[in-house]
Amino acid sequence: MSSLAAGGEVNPLIPHTAEIIAGLIAFSLLYFVLRKRVTPMFEKAFAARTEAIQGGIEKAEKAQREAEAALQMYTKQLADARGEAQTIREEARTQGAAILEEMRSKAQEEASRITASAQVAIEAERQQAITSLRNEVGALATELASKIVGEALDDQVRQSRIVDRFLEDLEKSKK
Amino acid sequence: MRLIHAATGEGFNPPSANDFELPPFIEGIEWATKPIGLAFLSVILISVFFIAASRKAAVVPSKLQFAGEGVYNFVREGLGREIIGHDFLKFVPYLFTLFTFILVNNFFGIIPFLQFPTMSRVSFPYVLAAITFFIFHYVGIKKQGIVKYLREIMFMPGVPKPVYILLTPIEIATYFLVRPLTLSLRLFANMFAGHLLLLVFFLGGEHLLDGVLGLKLVSPFAFVIGIGLTFFEFMVQVLQAYIFTLLTALYIAGALADEH
Repeated sequence: MSSLAAGGEVNPLIPHTAEIIAGLIAFSLLYFVLRKRVTPMFEKAFAARTEAIQGGIEKAEKAQREAEAALQMYTKQLADARGEAQTIREEARTQGAAILEEMRSKAQEEASRITASAQVAIEAERQQAITSLRNEVGALATELASKIVGEALDDQVRQSRIVDRFLEDLEKSKK
Repeated sequence: MRLIHAATGEGFNPPSANDFELPPFIEGIEWATKPIGLAFLSVILISVFFIAASRKAAVVPSKLQFAGEGVYNFVREGLGREIIGHDFLKFVPYLFTLFTFILVNNFFGIIPFLQFPTMSRVSFPYVLAAITFFIFHYVGIKKQGIVKYLREIMFMPGVPKPVYILLTPIEIATYFLVRPLTLSLRLFANMFAGHLLLLVFFLGGEHLLDGVLGLKLVSPFAFVIGIGLTFFEFMVQVLQAYIFTLLTALYIAGALADEH
């Protein structure tokens, strides 16, 4: 404080010992307070913030990955389902065609079987008819012959009359 | 002292360096002067503010924490990471202390009732510059070894040998004399001159009020200019706190760098 001498100008560039000591103490004090109590806390807050942001980003990324995976899975499932439906349709079509084919062949078979049996029946009936016709014609012929023999077949008129009567009888007997 | 001059109607004494020599505010205790009181007041104010702001260290900051973080981040990113770069974190507390200490003590120059910039007392800038001086030399010596560090200062690599005759003294003077001196004197002179300027306008304006009518009418202009200068001072105060811290960071970065 010697520079506070009475009168005259003091030199402002000359430091004061008391102020130097006070400045050192004040500054050091502030440094230690800030170093111990303030900067670590701010750094802690920054670190926590960085972590929180990074954690959030990571979480979002994870969610996105999961969503993408799910989407892929669903797309795949959809494609699978489509493919399956396609196969089923295809199968149904071939199956339908096969069934149709089978039906057709069965019907054809049935038809030919029916035709065959009908032919057999017709043949049998014809055979039967032929047999009975032959019997009947024989009998008729015999009957006719006996009739002709029984009556005198001398003239044409008579002869035709006999035939007519025979036929008439034949008709009658048929009724 | 000024008021006495004005009241007694003496001629106007322009403010001088003597106005920075203040008597102790506690009588009988010689060291209890205003600048020393202000220096300690700044320590209390800064500590209280930043402890309150950083106490919770919340992820989502309150307004107070946000404000504190803003200042801290300004020093940490703008001066620490930007300038020192790699390994800047361990210097951040020092830069942060330096910046806030100078800033608040500068603000004292325009805070009503306090109205005295602590840094206009040259002792304080001397102390701060000395600490910076020791830190950046210590960092350089620790990083590169004393021999290599001094060799790189004195014989800047990549320079033709004869140039050393000129360059070496300049470099030595720069590192050991010019840097600490300019660092402290720049801060001191700015605060000193700024305060002197405010004194001139406000005390002058006050003195004019005691004069004849014509002078009384001029007086408001002095006050208006004084108020304008107060805002200007605010800018200078912030700037000087920033420059001091910036240069400290630059010196540390220079000492850490392998090549100068």
